Amino acid sequence: MKSLEELKAIREKMQNQVSMRAEDHTHTRVVVGMATCGIAAGARPVLTTLSNLVQEKGLTDHISVTQTGCIGLCQYEPIVEVIEPGKPKITYIKMNPAKAAEIVDKHLIGGHVVDEYTMAAADIK
Amino acid sequence: MLPEISLNILDVAENSTRAKATLVSILVEADTAGDLLKVVIGDNGCGMTKEQIDHVTDPFFTTRTTRKVGLGVPFFKYAAESTGGSFSIESQPGTGTTVTAVFVLSHIDRMPLGDISSTIHTLIVYHPDTDFCYTYRYNGREFTLDTRQFREILGDVPFDTPEVSAYIMDYLTENKTDTDNGAVY
Repeated sequence: MKSLEELKAIREKMQNQVSMRAEDHTHTRVVVGMATCGIAAGARPVLTTLSNLVQEKGLTDHISVTQTGCIGLCQYEPIVEVIEPGKPKITYIKMNPAKAAEIVDKHLIGGHVVDEYTMAAADIK
Repeated sequence: MLPEISLNILDVAENSTRAKATLVSILVEADTAGDLLKVVIGDNGCGMTKEQIDHVTDPFFTTRTTRKVGLGVPFFKYAAESTGGSFSIESQPGTGTTVTAVFVLSHIDRMPLGDISSTIHTLIVYHPDTDFCYTYRYNGREFTLDTRQFREILGDVPFDTPEVSAYIMDYLTENKTDTDNGAVY
């Protein structure tokens, strides 16, 4: 069994690192829809991929990955919204882990919206 | 459909957090001799009125305003009952809700448990304001992860700190393997 001693060690280590992640006006939010519709369509691995990559690539100081309930567009799930300060919200639809990784590279790091995955590009009737 | 029991657990527990629960307890218990798999999700959220409980297993009832159907609970109930198991939901307004689903383990229609450790990890890390008490039991052996205990050790270090998040995932997967010897079901 894994012990809590390790957690104490992490605590000791982190204590010296002040990680103030204030959700201020410079913070980008990446939001994944996690209601029944999202979960059924595969939102959990999308959330995990986004979160892992944002951590691996050291983006946590200005990007936070969170989840929300049903956005009301169930047929387009998994949905990922990218909300950058001072910019219009970008809604990506029908996500999967591979597309999510592309969003991290091209949009979150590169600064270019991946148009082909956005709701704006989809032929919505 | 939610193709794994763990995704149903995620879905029901998400409802608990949306009901403003401060503590959600989750029990997953497999008993191969008794041929049962039991899941209990309890919360101290806002609870439901009698009228809401009467309708909660009706797919065309929801309190959401974003859409007109509520499939989560009906899916879970159907998944349990179709294995010859049972489903119940108890709730008191202002006190909380408890959902219990029992599956017959060996039934051909029982969906797999799925990646329960990732599901619990997702719940814990993305709901920093909610405490979770997760117990996993397999043939009498068990382990528990109580975020209140973790919080006490961590102080103001958040669960989504990469090191802590990784520790939580390792804690869940290693202790699960120690409990069930890597059984897949």
